[in-house]
Amino acid sequence: MITADIATALPEVVLAGFAIAGLMYGAFGGQDRVAGRLLWATAGLFVALAVWLGLIDSGRQIAFGGMYIDDAFARFAKITILLSAAAVLVMGQPYLQRRDLMRFEYPVLITLSVIGMMMMVSAGDLMALYMGLELQSLALYVIAALRRDSAKSTEAGLKYFVLGALSSGILLYGASLTYGFAGTTLFSGILAGVTEGPMPLGLLFGLVFLIAGLAFKVSAVPFHMWTPDVYEGSPTPVTAFFATAPKVAAMALLARLVHDAFGHAAGDWGQVIGLLAVASMFVGAIAAIGQRDIKRLMAYSSIAHMGFALLGLAAGTEAGVQAMLIYMAIYVTMNIGTFAFILSMERDGRPVSDIAALNGLAKIDPMRALALLVLMFSLAGVPPMVGFFGKFYVLQAAVDAGLTWLALAGVVASVIGAFYYLRIVYFLYFGEEGAGLDATMPAVQWGFLMASAVAMLVGVVNLFGIETLAAVAAQTLVH
Amino acid sequence: MMDNLLSFITFLPLVAALILALFLRGDDAAAQTNAKWVALLATTITFIASLLLLEGFDPQNTGFQFVEQSPWILGLTYKLGVDGISVLFVMLTTFLMPLTIAACWTVTTRVKEYMIAFLVLETLMLGVFCALDLVLFYLFFEAGLIPMFLIIGIWGGKERIYAAFKFFLYTLLGSVLMLVAMIAMYAQAGTTDIPTLLTHTFDSSPLVVAGLHIAGGVQTLLWLAFFASFAVKMPMWPVHTWLPDAHVQAPTAGSVVLAAILLKMGGYGFLRFSLPMFPVASDIWAPMVLWMSAIAIVYTSLVALIQKDMKKLIAYSSVAHMGFVTMGIFAANQQGLDGAIFQMISHGFVSGALFLAVGVIYDRMHTREIEAYGGLVIRMPVYALVFMLFTMANVGLPGTSGFVGEFLTLIGVFQVNTWVAAVAATGVIFSAAYALWLYRRVVFGDLIRESLKTITDMTARERAIFAPLIVMTLLLGVYPSLVTDIIGPSVTALVTHYDAALAQANESVQLALNEGAGS
Repeated sequence: MITADIATALPEVVLAGFAIAGLMYGAFGGQDRVAGRLLWATAGLFVALAVWLGLIDSGRQIAFGGMYIDDAFARFAKITILLSAAAVLVMGQPYLQRRDLMRFEYPVLITLSVIGMMMMVSAGDLMALYMGLELQSLALYVIAALRRDSAKSTEAGLKYFVLGALSSGILLYGASLTYGFAGTTLFSGILAGVTEGPMPLGLLFGLVFLIAGLAFKVSAVPFHMWTPDVYEGSPTPVTAFFATAPKVAAMALLARLVHDAFGHAAGDWGQVIGLLAVASMFVGAIAAIGQRDIKRLMAYSSIAHMGFALLGLAAGTEAGVQAMLIYMAIYVTMNIGTFAFILSMERDGRPVSDIAALNGLAKIDPMRALALLVLMFSLAGVPPMVGFFGKFYVLQAAVDAGLTWLALAGVVASVIGAFYYLRIVYFLYFGEEGAGLDATMPAVQWGFLMASAVAMLVGVVNLFGIETLAAVAAQTLVH
Repeated sequence: MMDNLLSFITFLPLVAALILALFLRGDDAAAQTNAKWVALLATTITFIASLLLLEGFDPQNTGFQFVEQSPWILGLTYKLGVDGISVLFVMLTTFLMPLTIAACWTVTTRVKEYMIAFLVLETLMLGVFCALDLVLFYLFFEAGLIPMFLIIGIWGGKERIYAAFKFFLYTLLGSVLMLVAMIAMYAQAGTTDIPTLLTHTFDSSPLVVAGLHIAGGVQTLLWLAFFASFAVKMPMWPVHTWLPDAHVQAPTAGSVVLAAILLKMGGYGFLRFSLPMFPVASDIWAPMVLWMSAIAIVYTSLVALIQKDMKKLIAYSSVAHMGFVTMGIFAANQQGLDGAIFQMISHGFVSGALFLAVGVIYDRMHTREIEAYGGLVIRMPVYALVFMLFTMANVGLPGTSGFVGEFLTLIGVFQVNTWVAAVAATGVIFSAAYALWLYRRVVFGDLIRESLKTITDMTARERAIFAPLIVMTLLLGVYPSLVTDIIGPSVTALVTHYDAALAQANESVQLALNEGAGS
């Protein structure tokens, strides 16, 4: 029995073994000198695991007495997480190397947080959920403060930790309430408990607290306060990581929780998530207007994007989950490209994150400026860029579910949001030449930037088939 | 090639743009010239290909022709086709683009990017007129904002940043509302196929939303969302304020494309969506649109009178002329619709030519202030003649294409609403006032300004650009059947469909009333 369980969770087991081995190798094999090698090995393993997960088609399997679920939904999320984590690792490497931040703990901590995320998306039990979440978060707290001698980085780590601990507390409170009223921590058990009639008040409170705790992780308004500071303070590769994989994991976990455990109470959590969605879209769009720092701007941008993904979830339908998955996959691809660019923003060899530094880049480095232009319009959701289709799917799911007002609010917010993406284009193309950026860019980052921009344009043809994958994934989740 | 003629026409400019982007290196004079020639060649081939389209087009067939179809993502289809209403807009676009490219021969900054922007823009504009899928239409419709935003923002005048942002955000806000409406239509009709939707009847029974009683129900809501988009694009009073800014700041070629083609997307949208798909709502809101148009004609003509900037004056005159178009469309009868389409085609030539004419003297003097000119006829006789012709066409002098459109729309509206027709007719007088006064101030009078004493007349290139426009303006003026023969059957079909749908809706309302009375 236990062998079958372990076989089901084999990717996580392999990763855990790798993390421990990597730690030993780093500690005894030459400390930070081997960090580069370890980083490439980690990224390679992530990609290999993603390919493996993509190839196996094992249907829906349950292990450890229902605590661990392996289904198409989990695999879709895991592949997205693994690939984006690998991309972020690889493209951050030149940055870390140059700033002397290349510690061997970095890839190991990333591996540990990825294990946590994979546990999150496969969780079938409140305990497994919490374990995965904490493993992920603890690793992230540490890497946020990776630059020990920088006050801002330390502040980011501390702020993230304190507020993250608070959110974990809220989540735990919700979990214990749920346990108290449902009598079980298993999602399937909770689902069975709320079939007839309205939900007990305690369970409702538990649900709200659980959602609040998870909203923290996806940085949905009003639980978003940590995001701009942490994004700004962390070293840029870490920010890039924050903006991608953990968001996917938290969104997937939220989707799994509300559908697997509270599937019969869609009317209840639909309202809560709809509210979070609208608030996130508007706050993200409006607050970003005043930002001068591109990392802070991306923080607000990610808040607004999470609002859209939540809108898909709020629909409470299969199409909604599918829209959310597609949206997250597109969002992650766009963000990898954008952060590849941000990582390369340097003036005289020193990193800059001021938006004004983009002034006149179109003249210095036309290809790079063009790629960023494509990404900005994609983030703004202007067709024919793929970012538009993400929004389209979500809006369609919302309208089909009768949430036309939310959809209307969403498109209005997206027009407000378009302003700050346009402002970046304004600096790139309309700005006068000033103290601009260096025209050099490490080849890896250039590659990711271009690949992401080209994907945003070419994807209009068939979205690379993620549509059907997401459909299969959504089907397994929503019964 | 005939099977995929529309795709060929639509995407040829895009291919040329890709070739320019990938294979043209450097920014020296030779590279700039090459870029211009590639763009001119591509747009000319597109025009020639579109002549094949016109050749093979059967005006008596009121359905869609040259239809191409292949599956796309999410149950959407990539579907192109033209009917009598859209084929002339395709022709207008392909006809004007080579002239536009030729008009930017004097540009020297970032020429390659400039050409790429225009080529991409041409693909997107053609796509709008050919698309037969809602989402595909939306994709082209909104994507056109990107190149235009860049054209205004990079190559525009002093206030270009403000104008570019205003243009983009204003039109985006209109079109996202349309997007939601399109999704709602998809949800209701289960398809995004435009030919199917044209025969689908959207529910028009009254609806109560948030305590508001809405006559026309769902149709009204959808109609309003589409109206938000097209009215901004058109632009109609009072949402026209982005246009003067965008026109003044855009470079000459940008203004030409904006006035001659981009504005027509609004009118085309009304014809393709609002009128046939939401007839009941169109009928309910037609009086409002008619009065808005009448106000637009009179008000913007008066505003045009006091402009100091030539481009701004012509921009306001565009708004007035678009007022005739919306008026004709919502008169919803044969003359009105014929006139509206004719007016759009004619306005494409005339306003394009007027902006080009301003560009000719702007290239020489680098100012658009009316004050800075006067007595040009002494140094530029050919220019004076060309400018006069298009001023007259703008006024709507019989014998020019401008007359036919205005006359037909006025006839159409007169049958529906006499007062609106009367008010709009006074607008014609105002338009004569501002256009002729502009002409007098710029061309006649004494040549007293020192700077103008060395100004040279139009070059051979400039004359070559204006020649086709002059031919078309006069030809359509004396032989309007060229246009009306092609659009006629499709317009008749549209009017028949519209009237039938209205009659059916009235019948069902009557039926419901009778049942209510019976029980």
